[in-house]
Amino acid sequence: MRDGTWNPELPLPMTIREVRQETPAVKRFVLDGSLNAEPGQFVMVWLPGIDEKPFSLMNAQPVTLAVAEVGRFTRAMHRLGQGNRLWLRGPFGQGFTLEGRHLLLAAGGYGAAPLAFLARRAREEGRRVAVLVAARSRQHLLLVDEFRTLGCEVYTCTDDGSDGQPPRLAPQAVEELLTSLRPDALYACGPAGMLDALEALAREYHLPAQLSREAYMRCGIGVCGSCTCGDQLVCRDGPVFRIPG
Amino acid sequence: MAEQLSPDLRVNLCGVLLPNPLVLASGILGTTAELMERVAKNGAGAVTCKSCGPEPRAGHPNPTVLDWGPGLINAVGLANPGIDEAVEILRETRRRLQPLGVPLIASVFADSVKGFAEVTRRVCTVPPDLVELNISCPNVEAEFGRPFSLDPDAAAEVTRAARAVCDRPLLVKLSPNVTDVVAIGKAVVAAGADGLTAINTLGPGMVIDIESGWPILANRVGGISGPAIRPIAVRIVYDLWAHLRVPIIGTGGVTCGRDVIEMIMAGATAVGIGSAVIQDGPAVFSRIAAEVRDYLASHGYASLNEIRGLAHARRHMEP
Repeated sequence: MRDGTWNPELPLPMTIREVRQETPAVKRFVLDGSLNAEPGQFVMVWLPGIDEKPFSLMNAQPVTLAVAEVGRFTRAMHRLGQGNRLWLRGPFGQGFTLEGRHLLLAAGGYGAAPLAFLARRAREEGRRVAVLVAARSRQHLLLVDEFRTLGCEVYTCTDDGSDGQPPRLAPQAVEELLTSLRPDALYACGPAGMLDALEALAREYHLPAQLSREAYMRCGIGVCGSCTCGDQLVCRDGPVFRIPG
Repeated sequence: MAEQLSPDLRVNLCGVLLPNPLVLASGILGTTAELMERVAKNGAGAVTCKSCGPEPRAGHPNPTVLDWGPGLINAVGLANPGIDEAVEILRETRRRLQPLGVPLIASVFADSVKGFAEVTRRVCTVPPDLVELNISCPNVEAEFGRPFSLDPDAAAEVTRAARAVCDRPLLVKLSPNVTDVVAIGKAVVAAGADGLTAINTLGPGMVIDIESGWPILANRVGGISGPAIRPIAVRIVYDLWAHLRVPIIGTGGVTCGRDVIEMIMAGATAVGIGSAVIQDGPAVFSRIAAEVRDYLASHGYASLNEIRGLAHARRHMEP
């Protein structure tokens, strides 16, 4: 049914081509299909009979997802292997826009996935990309090798200092990098608290920033109102929100 | 060339003045005060909140809403924070909407006559400009709606109970899934409804994934809305207006100015907009309002009153 007869609004089945363990909690799923998508956009992934949840794309060609096991749905996903299928709607939402020659990306926890997609695009266009990968401890640092392979300068920080650096939270590490690297723009994805702190930082430094936010979603297409963040709909106005700096 | 006056889009809905006839339908975007304010700022003539019931409800698991092409199918399952929190949200919404001159319609549901009366009494403390009884949600098996929407006596009983505690204009939202919608309309108007909202979603319907064989909605079935149901909504508004002559919010598949004009020619006073927000987001209201204004201006009408129910008059004209 890939001959153009598929209704683009209905879930599209894709077969899992490869599953790779990235961290103790996160698996990478490479699928056999591609989507025309921008970094930062998301898809709704449906497992028939189980649930449907939003995931940022780690890559669109082929579709690649980095999925942390955090609940019933992702536990079911983690049981899948090569040859199994999952169903996708999307891509949805506003993605990242590339701006500036020198980018700083800040990935908190699972937020590394959409930033890896962004880093690939930015490197393809010859932009300089520095990435801060932050997690609660060293074993949870996600996609560090991926960013290195893409030609990014990679920095890490952990809440407990197990990466050999002093223990610190992502906003503190980002502020240090802002001062030392003086990037043109900041891109971030991670927990809400981290993003709020980075938004404040971006305003303080008058630095354009694009933040990818997470929310509880039902429809994914801007009608149900489940994912509101103030007067904004994360599924439609976001998930990437732009701070002018 | 003589200067043309801009057509008047204002409508009087049960004594409440709307700046234009476009009403945000219940269940769409109406979850927070900030979001409802944004809808109003984007040109809605009135805003209906998502239906609130006696207790918090999580609703059904995902998938709950699907764009299947000619419309939506949904089984959100009356997800709502419960009347205690809903009253707080509605108070804040009212505070934000009042300076904009955009009325607030509170939509309520319950699983019993007593429940309907209690939720109605509580929302009237806000107070909203109008109250809409949602007796017709098709997605929640037998517990909500269906017992009240299918039978004229049950619909009248709920309306009477709500009427007794409601000092605001009262609308009842009718289901299209009945053999005689006029009988239900007559029953609720006789029981004290000031106006009607027609229609709620059609169905339930089902969409099946043919690769897996699974119905896509977790609830298996859901209500159908969007352009696919518009001709049915227009016919029902036409029938209700022919027999009742009460204010009607004509709702179902309206996506453009043409559809609004059609609904008003069928007899609607105001027009609900729901599924169409997937096209433009909240900006759909200003776009459609501009299209309605253009139609009226280009056809030489000064206000919507000049075309309301026009299709009924046409019925009696010689060809």
